[in-house]
Amino acid sequence: MNAPVTSVDRVSIAVLPPVARFNLRIAPVDLKKASAAFGLTLPGKIGQGARNGDRAAYCIGPDEWLLHAAENDQDAVVAAFEVARAETPHSLVVISDRELTIEVKGPAAAELLTVGCPLDLSCIAVGRAKRTVFDYAQVTLIRDGEDAFRVEVWRSFFPHVHGLLKNARREFAVGF
Amino acid sequence: MLLIHCPYCDDTLPELEFAYAGEAHIDRPKDPSALSDEEWRDFLFIRTNVKGIHAERWRHINGCGRFFNALRDTVSDRFFTTYKAGEARPDTTELEAAG
Repeated sequence: MNAPVTSVDRVSIAVLPPVARFNLRIAPVDLKKASAAFGLTLPGKIGQGARNGDRAAYCIGPDEWLLHAAENDQDAVVAAFEVARAETPHSLVVISDRELTIEVKGPAAAELLTVGCPLDLSCIAVGRAKRTVFDYAQVTLIRDGEDAFRVEVWRSFFPHVHGLLKNARREFAVGF
Repeated sequence: MLLIHCPYCDDTLPELEFAYAGEAHIDRPKDPSALSDEEWRDFLFIRTNVKGIHAERWRHINGCGRFFNALRDTVSDRFFTTYKAGEARPDTTELEAAG
């Protein structure tokens, strides 16, 4: 009767509405120009993130950034970088439709992600992001809070990753 | 699971994020057409296959995407060090002497 309740609320998963996503490759020395074009200071070290309202930027490689903006701002961001192209060569690829975002939230969020993610999640501080694997599918993992993560996964891998998370959550719910 | 230090991310991460990419420090011949068939074969296929400390390429494919080099003991699988692509192979005479 008084057995501990394993609430299904320990972790929730949801598919988030679409956002505008970009993959930016630019020489680190020109980072200031990219920051000016995007309207947000891009972080300089791999793993770091920056966020201001709708706009967010995550450094995922030595010269590679993942940018987020509101869906309606997509054309504006492309236009801004088009102007910056005169000053600095770079590559800005729109990847909005390439990926879907799964939100994993709740006290057991990190535990749920260990189902497919080999990383030590305690090493990812809040606000940071990392490209990694989730059961052999490449994902970008963003930590929004102590118990809130976003998993950005390529569309074709989505059914597998989402299905795995759903199954694991059900197992959590019944007390495994 | 092996833990591998990526010199670009400056982080030690699980092996699953990485892909092996063969022996390191093999320079492509400047003028391939000047080589004999045997020399070209050696460049393409013949590797040292050492037992002990091996310099090899790895790619952080599910991470920053970069190629880098590592020194690994092929007997124990222990990684001694990793270093960025283009850097010289670290001196390992002491390690080799220690066995």
